[in-house]
Amino acid sequence: MKNLDSVFAAYLIGWGVFFVFYLSIAKRTSDLRAEIERLKNSLPRAK
Amino acid sequence: MAKRIILGAVAVLLVIAAAYGSFYIAPEERTMGVVQRIFYFHVGSAWAGMDAFFLCFIGNLLYVWRRDQKYDWLSVASAEVGLALMTVVLITGPIWAKPAWGIYWTWDARLTSTFVLWLLYVSYLLLRSLVEEPDRRALLSALFGIFAFLDVPLVYFSIRWWRTQHPAPVIMGGPGSGLDPTMSKVFFFSVLAMHVLMAFLIVERYSLEKMKSEVDILQREAEAQ
Repeated sequence: MKNLDSVFAAYLIGWGVFFVFYLSIAKRTSDLRAEIERLKNSLPRAK
Repeated sequence: MAKRIILGAVAVLLVIAAAYGSFYIAPEERTMGVVQRIFYFHVGSAWAGMDAFFLCFIGNLLYVWRRDQKYDWLSVASAEVGLALMTVVLITGPIWAKPAWGIYWTWDARLTSTFVLWLLYVSYLLLRSLVEEPDRRALLSALFGIFAFLDVPLVYFSIRWWRTQHPAPVIMGGPGSGLDPTMSKVFFFSVLAMHVLMAFLIVERYSLEKMKSEVDILQREAEAQ
């Protein structure tokens, strides 16, 4: 099975890129959700 | 939310099934051997990436026409997902090229136009980060996005118009081209899997952009008080 390491490398790195990209979306979503909560809580107090 | 989780689960299952098909169902190619199995992932990602850029282009056109924020959200979501897919294409291509051609990279028409495409969409996202005012940012990036998309047909036709180191098209490539029937089934299944993954990531990224807009509105309300 010559070059099998290249095939595994391509698939692993490719999936890694998608996984890291999805994690970055999840992290940004969680930060924004916290920010929305913070702003919503601060608004009635300002009134 | 439940629909998004289901879409994500379907995308993951399809990608796993596509990988299984690439390794265990597709027959081994005679000249390149096992390394040709990268083809299913590489080309599937490339087609999904170009379709993501097409969605971005449609969003750009609709934004310029209608000036509705939703089209701007669609454009940026598609551009970012297309960029992730093209990054995979630009990584898996050289890994396949080294054993097949003896070199990782060459500046032929297909590889160069794909790299330029990647740079154009990096610039698209950079441009968005440089402009603060939302309407101005959306309009400028929509105009730039329309210009950037011009490279997509160039990437697609490069292997038809010029002699390249990159192989000639095997799908819709004219006389003498084509795939073994089992390879063809695995290939189209991989293309489907990558498109479902693309759709899932675009939905997630679109929802993030929608939340950003909600934060902007709340911040303006807070500042006004």
